[in-house]
Amino acid sequence: MIHLNDWFPIWLSLQVAFLSAALVSVTSLPLARLMASKSFRGRDFLEAAIMLPLVLPPSVVGYGLLVMIGVNGPLGKLLGQFGLSLVFTKIAVVIAATVVAFPLMYQSARAAFASVNPNLEKAARTLGAGELRIFFTVTLPLAWPGIMSGLVLAFARALGEFGATLMVAGNIPGQTQTIPLAIYFAVESGDSATASTLVAMITVFCFLLIFWVNRWNKKRLH
Amino acid sequence: MLRVSIAKKLSYFNLSVEFQVENNQILVLCGPSGSGKTTILECISGLFTPTGGAIELAGNVLYSSDLDVNVPAKDRRVGYLFQDYALFPHMTVRQNVVYGLRNPNKSAAGKNGLDYKQVLESFGVPHLIDRFPGQLSGGEKQRVALARALVVQPQLLLLDEPFSALDNKSKQKLQQEILRLHQDWQIPMVLVTHDEEDALALGDIIVSLHQGKVVEMKLR
Repeated sequence: MIHLNDWFPIWLSLQVAFLSAALVSVTSLPLARLMASKSFRGRDFLEAAIMLPLVLPPSVVGYGLLVMIGVNGPLGKLLGQFGLSLVFTKIAVVIAATVVAFPLMYQSARAAFASVNPNLEKAARTLGAGELRIFFTVTLPLAWPGIMSGLVLAFARALGEFGATLMVAGNIPGQTQTIPLAIYFAVESGDSATASTLVAMITVFCFLLIFWVNRWNKKRLH
Repeated sequence: MLRVSIAKKLSYFNLSVEFQVENNQILVLCGPSGSGKTTILECISGLFTPTGGAIELAGNVLYSSDLDVNVPAKDRRVGYLFQDYALFPHMTVRQNVVYGLRNPNKSAAGKNGLDYKQVLESFGVPHLIDRFPGQLSGGEKQRVALARALVVQPQLLLLDEPFSALDNKSKQKLQQEILRLHQDWQIPMVLVTHDEEDALALGDIIVSLHQGKVVEMKLR
């Protein structure tokens, strides 16, 4: 039976995951495309910086975000002048989720773009196609399965973000309490009914997600 | 008519070639792997920029380091048959062949009133129209790739190692087809091969390359 006093964590987590996935897509795809085709000095350095949130402990990422958007940080100070604060808000939840999910999508997208045979783009050029047309008719369709995998991973990562979220957004019920935070604190306070309900729900959801994406990928290959 | 005079700094040597091809000629670039043959094709088609020199096709300057002209590949009207054919795997034969046409339903502008179905027929592959490249044999892929390159009526055709994946019988067949193509289309052709026999069979002009330099130029 479902024992849930507060449905807010579910609503918030889904909202954050979708928003983060959208933000990550819009920012990582052009970057991945650029990095996959051009080589320039310092590229490896830049890539390592981009991938950092993937390998750093989430609490370190959280600390870094606090330093930047916290009241004493550069962005925090700037917003403070307008009486705004990002920490302990829903926006901070989205920021934390986006930062940790970004490298996952970026990595998949970059590999997907790099796997497209460069002769295909060259052929399209000799046939009179401009770069934008080549991107949408040749590169993107062929890179699509890899990009979709990256998107799913990014979504799942955003959904499950805990450490960095706790640090910059806190665990404020009804405001910044996501599913992972709600589970942790339910266990802490001995509320195993809530904890197990949330765990079951998110497990089923993620399972269906992976299952459906794999099916879709298989179908695509006819 | 194609006029080429280019220099290109490459990692292992400096490329420097000069030649000229009339509409009724086939020029063969012959040489061992790594002698710069494909680089020359890429420079002519605009996929690669030379370090210096000039490329002129049908009276138009495609590239000139002196005049600071560098027409992008998409505007050069140079057809290119890649060594791996480079057919778009996610598109049908029809979609591949019409990719370069502005309006696939109208015939391509030109003296022959060309239409992609006719071109496919002349290559003997109209029945493959709804197949995907993954379902075609090597020879069929090559013919579709040729149809795709020619349906847009280029002013020059470049062929990169068209014989490399073929057995002797198919080679002879392709040689005949290329000669026929040349008769029908009346545009200059530049063909790259590492095989001297193929070169002798087709070339009106045979340019032998070694490490980026012309070591011999034979005219038939």
